[in-house]
Amino acid sequence: MHEMSLTESVVEIAVDAARRNGAGRVSRIWVEVGALSHVEPEALAFCFEAVAAGTLAQGARLEIERIAGSGWCLDCETTVPLAERFGACPKCGRFRVRMTAGDEMRIREMEID
Amino acid sequence: MCAVCGCGQARIAGAHGHEHEHEHEHRQDRELEHRHGHDHDHRHHHDHAHAPDGALDYGAGLAGVHAPGLSQQRIVRIERDILSKNDAFARENRAAFARDRIFALNFVSSPGSGKTSLLVKTIEALKSRLEVSVIEGDQQTSNDAERIRATGARAIQINTGKGCHLDAHMVGHAAQTLAPAPGSVLFIENVGNLVCPAAFDLGEAHKIVVLSVTEGEDKPIKYPDMFAAADLMLLNKSDLLPHLDFDVGACLAHALRVNPRLQTLTVSARTGEGLAAFVAWIEASAARLGAGAKAPA
Repeated sequence: MHEMSLTESVVEIAVDAARRNGAGRVSRIWVEVGALSHVEPEALAFCFEAVAAGTLAQGARLEIERIAGSGWCLDCETTVPLAERFGACPKCGRFRVRMTAGDEMRIREMEID
Repeated sequence: MCAVCGCGQARIAGAHGHEHEHEHEHRQDRELEHRHGHDHDHRHHHDHAHAPDGALDYGAGLAGVHAPGLSQQRIVRIERDILSKNDAFARENRAAFARDRIFALNFVSSPGSGKTSLLVKTIEALKSRLEVSVIEGDQQTSNDAERIRATGARAIQINTGKGCHLDAHMVGHAAQTLAPAPGSVLFIENVGNLVCPAAFDLGEAHKIVVLSVTEGEDKPIKYPDMFAAADLMLLNKSDLLPHLDFDVGACLAHALRVNPRLQTLTVSARTGEGLAAFVAWIEASAARLGAGAKAPA
């Protein structure tokens, strides 16, 4: 359940930024979660309500955007979609694929009142 | 309470209370030479006044552009990694370790792989030449720290409570309390968990993943993140190999598939097989980092 710590990070970063911007509350937070990242979006959403309670982000909507995985296959010398971390190249079946997208865990922006 | 790590839940055995204000002031005093290079966010997590950290306010005028129909609200761009807080603490730990030439190793594995036994044997082999201290992470009990202390090494226990991993903030507090000697080796034994600790940089020089031969040779592809994050894999309990169907070659092949640069050693904490090689690895790596030999007693 490291999603709990990650969620705490999300809320803390959002609340910090909200305070700096003189916001009364945070109503929505957009996060980007790569399909190959360490985060399970359902767990993040599950934790969010509890973690946000009692902060400026209480009741905020958490919008989770999935980012598809892709990588650079050293053998095919092209960008290929990746369904799993360290997965095989869908073209040649070999594992010499360097992940180029899908690892993201970012807070992109938020809406404040 | 600090919301970074939920350290209201984490308990450092032997630390008196959890005086954040004090500990952070202290940390700042020790950090004078490092004030410039950082983004400083990690110092400001206790409701201090903030300087803007580059967050751009798109303002009311743009709200409609970003999300139609939201006339009263503003959209604030953040663009920060979710782990940025932890990473900031990790950078601070790494800088503190570098300043004191402390060679920090983060041991990760599933529960029961034999990490603590391995550490005990390693400390016994090393202690005449290098000073070693240990940060022990477990959800509960201080059993492991006591086993380490029995070797004569200093140890501090972090109980994470419900937490499934150590984070850089907890380790920073523990390292301050433990105060490893300059030029020494610091072992951090993470919570037994092959998933979560992979994502959390603690400021260590290397992650070392311990896999025991009773676990199955496909662990590296079942839990690839940990093997990808590690620099060295110790294949432990090799004394049991004659009794098992474990295929060492297949295991190493799996591990190298997720991490082609992974170094591997086969060891047994019980018989001592491979421990000399591991100790040599530690000494060579520590020397490269400038960690010194133990002063003669």
